Amino acid sequence: MFNRQIAALPVALALLLAACTPAPKGSAATQSASGAEQPQPGGTLTFIVNAEPPSFDGHRETTFALLHPIAPHYSTLYKFDPGDLTKVIPDVAAAMPEVSADKLSYTIKLRTDVKFHDGSKMTSDDIVATYQKIIFPPTGVLSPRAGAYAAVETITNPAPDSVVFKLKYPSASFGTNLASPWNFIYSAAKLKTDIHWYEKNIMGTGPFTYVSNTKGQDWVGKKFPDYFGKDKNGVQLPYLDGYKALIITDANAEVNAIRSKQAAIEFRGFTPQQRDTLSSALGTSLAIQEAPWICVNYIVPNTKKPPFDDVRVRQALTLAIDRYAGSTALQKITIVKDVGGLMRPKGPFAQADADLQKIAGFGTDGAANKAKAKQLLADAGQSNLTFKFLNRNITTPYEPVALFVLDQWKQIGINATHDVKETSAYQADLRAGNFEVALDFNCDFLDEPDLQLAKFWSASGLGKGLNFAYYDDATLDKMIDGQSRETDPAKRKALVADIEKYAMDTKAYQYPVLWWYRIIPYLNTVRGWRIGSNHYTNQDLETVWLGK
Amino acid sequence: MRRYVAGRLLLMIPTLIGVAILTFVIMRAVPGDIVALKYAGSPVPQSIIDDERHQLGLDKPMWEQFTDWMGEIARFDLGTSLWTGHSVVEEIEVRFPLSLELAIIATLLAVLIAIPLGVVAAVKQDTWVDYAIRLFSIGGLAMPSFWIGLLMVLATITFFGWAPPLVFTAITEDPIANLSQMILPALSVGYRYSAVSMRMTRSTVLEVLREDYVRTARAKGVSESVVVMRHALRNALLPVITVVSLEFAFLIGGLVVTEQVFNLNGIGKLLVDAVAHRDYTLIQALVLLLAAVFVIINFVVDMVYVVLDPRIRYS
Repeated sequence: MFNRQIAALPVALALLLAACTPAPKGSAATQSASGAEQPQPGGTLTFIVNAEPPSFDGHRETTFALLHPIAPHYSTLYKFDPGDLTKVIPDVAAAMPEVSADKLSYTIKLRTDVKFHDGSKMTSDDIVATYQKIIFPPTGVLSPRAGAYAAVETITNPAPDSVVFKLKYPSASFGTNLASPWNFIYSAAKLKTDIHWYEKNIMGTGPFTYVSNTKGQDWVGKKFPDYFGKDKNGVQLPYLDGYKALIITDANAEVNAIRSKQAAIEFRGFTPQQRDTLSSALGTSLAIQEAPWICVNYIVPNTKKPPFDDVRVRQALTLAIDRYAGSTALQKITIVKDVGGLMRPKGPFAQADADLQKIAGFGTDGAANKAKAKQLLADAGQSNLTFKFLNRNITTPYEPVALFVLDQWKQIGINATHDVKETSAYQADLRAGNFEVALDFNCDFLDEPDLQLAKFWSASGLGKGLNFAYYDDATLDKMIDGQSRETDPAKRKALVADIEKYAMDTKAYQYPVLWWYRIIPYLNTVRGWRIGSNHYTNQDLETVWLGK
Repeated sequence: MRRYVAGRLLLMIPTLIGVAILTFVIMRAVPGDIVALKYAGSPVPQSIIDDERHQLGLDKPMWEQFTDWMGEIARFDLGTSLWTGHSVVEEIEVRFPLSLELAIIATLLAVLIAIPLGVVAAVKQDTWVDYAIRLFSIGGLAMPSFWIGLLMVLATITFFGWAPPLVFTAITEDPIANLSQMILPALSVGYRYSAVSMRMTRSTVLEVLREDYVRTARAKGVSESVVVMRHALRNALLPVITVVSLEFAFLIGGLVVTEQVFNLNGIGKLLVDAVAHRDYTLIQALVLLLAAVFVIINFVVDMVYVVLDPRIRYS
């Protein structure tokens, strides 16, 4: 039929990821625990989620507050290896996909031992129904990530244990997008009865079954005895008997919950101060894991509003920011650390430091950059530039990041005022273009240019509702599309570097301040969980266990 | 009297309708909506935002949204939460017992502290006892209850490695677990609340002690304890009851920060989350509920006045 290549794209990407991603930083307690000990079955893991999930439908929502309590109920087609989060592995798939020579067809064999929590057997019908809902949602069904699968033409199931995705054009990100943590496998029968059934109900094939949810308080799951997963020694997974997710929205209450050992871990992240408080209170009972985070704050000048339609002004704004000094200062007080471009620093698509430093605003000579910024403002007739800098009223890390940026701008004579708004009002202003310069942000589950560049498409095209700099640029659109279709990782990386130079320097449309840094302090009884560069994946708790 | 009671009950309806209209308009005047908030920071295309607004009815004209909501209210349907998609009644009934219990315990503590100390302070006016009690009450007024709560939690964690349980257990299920969770928040709230009532008790008792009928009672040789307890305190209680009842109504929905500090899943926290999410239906229902609580408590207090003071007669 077609020339099959086993898992060409995901494997290539996984190798690249493995080569480029630094190992997470962890305390001695953590590393010995995860490395040498034999997992012990039993026990209930209590963890914190600091927000309440909206609906229960992973296909529909975009918040980690859904994934942390609900992901343990579901499987996905592929997932990230809990032991090596840079590697994609099969979940309900039996193997990595077989990719045709023209890279337009992905054939996926499925496991035949997967059961839903109601005892029914999972077949390819369920996979097709799931992905039809995600990629081709019927009227009235919301699927915010459908665009990530724009390359898909059809999904078919030639056999009960086989699914075929046919693409319209080769897509570099399609393979890894099949490991999206949001793509819970749903029952075709349930979806047929009511396409909205999963918005209020839970029934998956994951390691834990649903027990209860007390609104605003907790979410409880228990081990699914017929779960298909086994560890490398053939031991039935999951190890835990169950879990309880406590919904705690106050930062002090979160710290107190861990300090009093009523909760063992919070999977999103704490600030350096919270980590230090817990560390001094709990001593050796505490383990800490830290890792770079695929989250970043952008400076977004509204190109529809003069003088920000002038590239010289936009370049001056980025040149004025000494990101290296900012990193040194801010990493002590908030959750930012690394200097990087549009791709996560030291990630698989990141430029080498030497290349990044050639981009406006990323050079290490802060004084020279500021002098150049002043000159650009003078050339643009904006030496006394005054504007409002829109920000949201969230302390970590928005406020300290914004204060740092405001100070940097002040040093070149810009008089910017901090316009802090509650999140909903802030979002309304962003979406209405009712601002001059804003601090935007982005978080993703994967180092993937298609995801990280989503906000860079033309505002009246694919970037509608995403690109708050409000420019239209056919050249940039073509560049983004080009990298998306390039399936050779090295060539793609070079194309992404060109985009960074063009978007952050030549046009200076929008640019990062600092990338976030994830800090997870937790009770050292929690074993078998490893931090990744995002807070979305690795949340099915399949391999987590509780030590002494 | 019956006519008066019926009139008061009927007056509740326009009051609550007025509250409903105000809440509806004010919430929609605030920029932003639930959909913009829900997808904040997520690379979600505008078409999804528009579709969700349409599904939630947020693209309808404001008057149509209002008549829809009023129609639901007329059918005793408070609607569904825009955030969770679950019924508003379901959202409230999970939280209401906790808030009610906390309000009751805090009120009991406050009354038990405030009235005896307030009376003693009045009787021992300008002595060291009065000064000590006034210092105690001013401390309660000066320190926010959430801050006292925060200190209490830190102290119990630091010295005993213990913090109140984070999950609510009904008192009927396990009284010990329930009280373990409620006692610190009730103490922190009750202390502040007692300070207000204590000041009120002291000043009203002082005022009553100077009345002619108290002097008459003393002249007749009635013992001081009977003078204070029977003649002074009963008459001094009316304003205290007003303060206590209004505070009680406030406690049901107003303990936002205290609920956050102790991670109590109560009505105050729900209301703040609903406002933060721009969950219009939930906000409207909660404000109506809290307004109803205030209106009913005020009504009950007015009726209690009649029992406590035979001179009061409504007509």
